[in-house]
Amino acid sequence: MSDMPQAGPVPQDTQTLTTDEKATASPPPAGGRKKAARSASLWSDAWYDLRRRPMFIFSLILIAILLVMSFWPSLFTSINPFDARTCELSTARQGPSSGHPFGRDSLGCDVFARTIYGAKNSIIIGVTTTVITALVGGLLGLIAGARGGLTDTITSRVTEVFFAIPSILGALLITATFRDASLGIWLVVIALSILAWPMTFRIMRAAVLTARGQDFVLAARALGASQARVMFKHLLPNAVAPVIVVATINLGGFIAAEAALSFLGVGVQSPDISWGLMIADARNRFLEAPLPLVFPAVFLSVTVLAFIMLGDAVRDALDPKLR
Amino acid sequence: MSKTSLDELPAEGGRGNGPLLDVDNLHVEFATRAGVVRAVNGVSYSLNPGETVAVLGESGSGKSVTAQAIMGILDVPPARIPQGEVRFHGTDLLKLSEEARTQVRGQRIAMIFQDALSALNPVFTVGWQISEMFRVHRGMSKRDGMKKAVELMDKVRIPAAKQRVNDYPHQFSGGMRQRIMIAMAIALDPEVLIADEPTTALDVTVQAQIMELLAELQRESNMGMILITHDLGVVADVADKIAVMYAGRIVENASVHDIYKAPAHPYTKGLLESIPRVDLKGHELYAIKGLPPNLLDMPTGCAFHPRCPYRQDDCVTDAPPLYEIGGTRNSACHYWREVLDGDQG
Repeated sequence: MSDMPQAGPVPQDTQTLTTDEKATASPPPAGGRKKAARSASLWSDAWYDLRRRPMFIFSLILIAILLVMSFWPSLFTSINPFDARTCELSTARQGPSSGHPFGRDSLGCDVFARTIYGAKNSIIIGVTTTVITALVGGLLGLIAGARGGLTDTITSRVTEVFFAIPSILGALLITATFRDASLGIWLVVIALSILAWPMTFRIMRAAVLTARGQDFVLAARALGASQARVMFKHLLPNAVAPVIVVATINLGGFIAAEAALSFLGVGVQSPDISWGLMIADARNRFLEAPLPLVFPAVFLSVTVLAFIMLGDAVRDALDPKLR
Repeated sequence: MSKTSLDELPAEGGRGNGPLLDVDNLHVEFATRAGVVRAVNGVSYSLNPGETVAVLGESGSGKSVTAQAIMGILDVPPARIPQGEVRFHGTDLLKLSEEARTQVRGQRIAMIFQDALSALNPVFTVGWQISEMFRVHRGMSKRDGMKKAVELMDKVRIPAAKQRVNDYPHQFSGGMRQRIMIAMAIALDPEVLIADEPTTALDVTVQAQIMELLAELQRESNMGMILITHDLGVVADVADKIAVMYAGRIVENASVHDIYKAPAHPYTKGLLESIPRVDLKGHELYAIKGLPPNLLDMPTGCAFHPRCPYRQDDCVTDAPPLYEIGGTRNSACHYWREVLDGDQG
């Protein structure tokens, strides 16, 4: 609504007005009660709206904590899980004790420290794969949907080829083939991205096709908007919401897929740590010692939840009707 | 290359000889799975500065397609323009490059649509959308564009324009939305405004206000207006000339006065007789019998013959040309004399 506080000071201009008057030859302002209007744009309005959403603030705090955990894990635990001396085989699968709040895993290592240190790989894989698939799939979907015709046919057929590849098998193939390239976790990111972008492509393309059939696209063209302008200013903002939602939901899926690959021995490799690897390791002894599986799984769920909440809040903020 | 062809157009405000906009023998067809649909078959009309031409016809008669062909916003394919010219200041727009046409659209020829809610982008504020015209075409800053947007909203009489400039389309009523659409269309002082059923989606009192606003803006700027409508009531007050379309053809071309006084085509006559009238309350309302023809399977001869009360044998075999009646009138009916005299064939 228009009762928002008037944002931003009023720098420059009042001189520029003369040139503009000449250019447009429009009539003098009626009333002469002109003051600078708050410049509202899609993104500034969305940002204004987001800052007041508890869900957005909450998810942002969670994500901030997770990021700090990823890059400065020693702030959270004094135990370095990469140091083999911290593990004691004799205490394997022990329950929580003083100094070891999550207990110990099957090699007698501290589960809490491993969970904290595992955040980095899991979050990097989840977030970068999500960003890559959203950008690549989204951009191609936008172009295919907006241009239609041959461009659409070719890109759509190409994505169908990728769809036909069974995802775990495909990822297995890619990671196994290039395992000597010493790409580390980036190999997992690349493999997952290659297999997952067609999903985003399809969603973006469908959303763009829906938007393209609407009158405002015709109206924008009738009033002289160029093809690029129609694509990025009129189609994209109206089609981006479902992509954001699916991307944030996929984020959890990518972390889980990394776990599956690690379990198969082609993802993150021991002695490196990731939540997926921890879950995979703890599976066999789950009934005897559930905690080594439960803790990384809870961290994984909270991470996914935080990103889904973030995506949801952003999606809502981008739709003026929901404000 | 494109620049040169665009520069052939006289500068804004400069009026060349001849009509401002001259649609000449325009054909538009659509390739569909079922075959080629000839939506527009040789439509011609011309528009002078300050003049309003009403294009009248039922749904599917090709009036909107003609307008979209003039604007160059038809999707090609499936649409195709096999022949015809759209001369703007004497330059054929259909021969211009896409780049040059984009320059014409919005700045020289603008268009407003039937349903202003769907014609406005739902995710941007109305101020953003109006000021976009100035930012894109005039290179204005955001702030100056917003100032212009408020001025224009005042001009189209949106109350409290300054407070509402940051509202979204869905926060406005139907009439206000159409005013915003009009503000966008007139933002750059176009010479031609095409209004595609601008009042169809509005209720009657608002219709009158919008037509009044359009007429007033037209008087101020001397722009030519093509008013596409199926509402004869709207036409009478504002139009100078009327082109009646049926099945992709113009069947009658005349001044408003002549048409209302005595139509020269049975279809026009049928349309006029289908207007409900207070003095005939209680009588059955006249309706043209039958349905508009299937454009994939046009009747032979005159396209209107299956529905025509004046039909003779030659109507089935010979398509009537556009006969000249007097100096400025045309009718595509072999028996226009009988229609004028009112003898039911």
